[in-house]
Amino acid sequence: MMLTYPNLIPVLPELFMAFMIVLILIVDAFTSESKKGINLVLTLLTLAGCFVIQKVIDRGVTQLTFNNMFILDGIATGTKMFTYLFSFVAVLYVKRYVCDKQMLKGEFYAIFLFAVLGMMVMISADNMLVLYVGLELLSLALYGLIALQRDSVKATESAMKFFILGALASGMLLFGISFIYGGTGGYLQLEYILKAMLSQNDTNGALLVFGLVFIVAGLVFKLGLVPFHMWVPDVYEGSPLAVTTIIGSLTKIAAVVFIIRFLIGGLVLLNPYWSIMLLLLALLSLFFGNIIAIAQTNIKRLLGYSTVSHMGFVALGLVTVNVDGVSATLFYIVTYSLTALAGFGVLTMLSRDGFECENLDDLKGLSKTNPVYAGLLLLVMFSMAGIPPLVGFYAKLKILSALVASGYIPAAVFAVVMSLIGAFYYIRVVKVMYFDEPVKEIVPADTCVFSRTILLVNGALLVIIGIFPTMVMMYCNQLITG
Amino acid sequence: MMNYLLSLTIWTPIVFGLITLLINKNDCLARYFALLGSIIAFLFSLLIFFGFDSSATSMQFQEMWPWVGSLNINYHLGVDGISMPFVVLNNFITVLVILAGFKVIKHKVSLYNSMFLMMTGFISGSFCALDAILFYVFFEAMLIPMYLIIGVWGSSNRVYAAIKFFLYTLIGSLLMLVALIYLYFKSNGNFEILSYYKLPLSITAQTLIFIAFFMSFAVKVPMWPLHTWLPDAHPEAPTGGSMVLAAITLKIGGYGFLRFILPIVPDASRELAGLMVVLSLIAIVYIGLVAVVQKDMKKLVAYSSISHMGFVTLGCFLFANGTLNTWAVEGAITQMISHGFVSAAMFFCIGVMYDRVHSRNIADYGGVVNKMPVFAAFFMLFAMANSGLPGTSGFAGEFMVIMGAVETNFVAAILAGLTLILGAGYTLWMYKRVVFGDVVNSHVAEMDDVSKREFLILAILAIAVIVMGVCPNIFVAKMHASVEQLLTQVTLSKI
Repeated sequence: MMLTYPNLIPVLPELFMAFMIVLILIVDAFTSESKKGINLVLTLLTLAGCFVIQKVIDRGVTQLTFNNMFILDGIATGTKMFTYLFSFVAVLYVKRYVCDKQMLKGEFYAIFLFAVLGMMVMISADNMLVLYVGLELLSLALYGLIALQRDSVKATESAMKFFILGALASGMLLFGISFIYGGTGGYLQLEYILKAMLSQNDTNGALLVFGLVFIVAGLVFKLGLVPFHMWVPDVYEGSPLAVTTIIGSLTKIAAVVFIIRFLIGGLVLLNPYWSIMLLLLALLSLFFGNIIAIAQTNIKRLLGYSTVSHMGFVALGLVTVNVDGVSATLFYIVTYSLTALAGFGVLTMLSRDGFECENLDDLKGLSKTNPVYAGLLLLVMFSMAGIPPLVGFYAKLKILSALVASGYIPAAVFAVVMSLIGAFYYIRVVKVMYFDEPVKEIVPADTCVFSRTILLVNGALLVIIGIFPTMVMMYCNQLITG
Repeated sequence: MMNYLLSLTIWTPIVFGLITLLINKNDCLARYFALLGSIIAFLFSLLIFFGFDSSATSMQFQEMWPWVGSLNINYHLGVDGISMPFVVLNNFITVLVILAGFKVIKHKVSLYNSMFLMMTGFISGSFCALDAILFYVFFEAMLIPMYLIIGVWGSSNRVYAAIKFFLYTLIGSLLMLVALIYLYFKSNGNFEILSYYKLPLSITAQTLIFIAFFMSFAVKVPMWPLHTWLPDAHPEAPTGGSMVLAAITLKIGGYGFLRFILPIVPDASRELAGLMVVLSLIAIVYIGLVAVVQKDMKKLVAYSSISHMGFVTLGCFLFANGTLNTWAVEGAITQMISHGFVSAAMFFCIGVMYDRVHSRNIADYGGVVNKMPVFAAFFMLFAMANSGLPGTSGFAGEFMVIMGAVETNFVAAILAGLTLILGAGYTLWMYKRVVFGDVVNSHVAEMDDVSKREFLILAILAIAVIVMGVCPNIFVAKMHASVEQLLTQVTLSKI
């Protein structure tokens, strides 16, 4: 028997990342406390390296490897590049915080990269098991990151909560996968699942639908849609800000690609079933996410509930099951990640040892003490509220136009009304910063010019992409179509 | 340069505003730089005014570039006789507003001036946009500076007023967005406002679109019963904020009726004209009565604004046999421009007194004429204009609307005409209590007459009020052809 080696080119960024994680762990073990900065440099190099490799190996065609279980197509390449870019920026935002809070620096960066690796695997998975492996790699890394502050009761509690609920969701997902496996006659490959569904009669229909319900439940848990959203605000609140920055901004892209592949790629024939489920969950998320966010005084919780509502918008794009809707979803999630990154970036950079900038009251009078940071957070809030000319407006406009085009006009009107409610709590944050008197002076902890410049650029991008959204929109469209 | 006049008018204040934002260490420089920006923008708008061809019915000074290709959104600008006067008015008022804040605003000076400049650009953009999404972007963007203006520099209850203003305006505009997206698909994927004029629409679709647009523009005007944000926002806003709110932002509502509702959904407009007339009359009569009992001068002028804007909506919906009449529509536009001058002047006058006494209560004043004779003379002129005295701008618009009403709806004409007496009543009664009589307290006794800066602002506004009162044709001639074109558009059924 002749051994055939899999084509490793499509998987090079993942291999490079895995190698670098091991290297970081080894370097960390052999460096003294004063020289731990090397871990940060290695992490940034890893992400930059992955970006370059990803660009180099992109041949403009779909590449498959590992018995077609791993796919590198347009959407995978594009979203991975966004993931590296945003991860790079996130590392710059949290580096000072990680030092201040005395989180284990070597482990932090290694686990963080594990999470990114999990996202990369999820994005490129073309087989349900690979998808599952990627998802679990991401989840396990996140459990670790949240619990990294061992002395913090809140962090430990939220890690436990995330772990238990995450395990439950994983169980449901696996259960659903096994039904699909049985219902399609033994397939886990997305392409074959689709073929099997096309060729067979309806005898296994009930089995497939039954499996689908569990799969959707498992998937929307990762996205944080109501009623599987319970972990979101608790985990956002309980996690150290550095970790909330990562969970709140980066992980969403992978989760959406994962859902696009799974539902639209593999289970598109069951769309009459899953789109109605997704529609219902999206509307519920818009409603509860926005309503409950109003009552929040902790900004991390507020952003947690707001994420729930944003994910409702994201799901609405998928409900349309057409190119416009899906590309609108991708545009939404990319721009949302960029916006959330800026928001959490500001909060992280304002936090320091002994002070976590997490309550609305902490932001009182920020425009007086820190006009630039207040201005950035103002842009973030208005963008999230969907006020033009900020980028959040186009994200919502694209979703709404896809909905109207598909005939979901009542859903569009409902989403619009919910946006209005959302606007209330976003402008409350602006109110606190601009209209209230400062209680205490908040001095940014991070004085690194590079990080601050990146933060400014991040904020400026919300306006620039808002005024010139075409390029990013076309890119997202291109990722979906080809 | 003439080809890009509209862009220059829109972007000059925005760019100056952004630069002003950066001059946060030198208040004096920020003030003068902002003033320079507003003057340049105003000069550009004057070039538009004088270069405007009154006989043409098409859009002028058009500019068009593709903007968001994937959604077929274009950066398409143009003005006709309906929108052009508002662009000039907007830039005119901004110069005065920046000047009005010179000595009064002492904290966050650069932010204050920057917000006004940016808002001016956004407002001009709304009036010039011929692409629906471009319009929407400018229309919504102006909420951000106005929210901050009310909330940061407002009075004690400013936070409530700012949030209420923001949410009220947003609720309407979001529904308008859905209507625009619907029209986008109905017109095979374009956002050109003018193309919607020819779009066939069923009466059900027209009615729903009417409601969506109505929610947006009626809040902005504001029409009864969607007016409640205004009496809260005005008293809390700083003087400049009140001037811009009353003089400009309310006009976008009226403009929206003329640019969007009437030509896009003419059949629904005809069907619902009766309702609109009733709502307008309620605004004119009931809100006029509410104004009478106000103790706060700013609130009184705010309610009077709602009442005056009632004439505007009345003028827009005076159909007879399915046809609008020219008098009424031109009267509505004239009334809007006049109200821009008069309300800005009234709010500025109240601001002048507030800066000295720190009270807006009518009861805290009396005998002001003894201490501020020059101011009292100006205030008298503006009070008369607010009452609709012939010879002032206030008369021209109201007279034209009532003339239009006489032709089409005599009851409405009678009611609106009688309310002019009410308007004169509450304005002059306030004037009497504040200005005449003996000096009532030590605060009034210490009042100084107007400074040179204040005199300049008052004089400019006075000239505007008188010129428009004596020669309203300066403006009416510019709009006539466009109004005729609009009326032709509205008579065509789309069903």
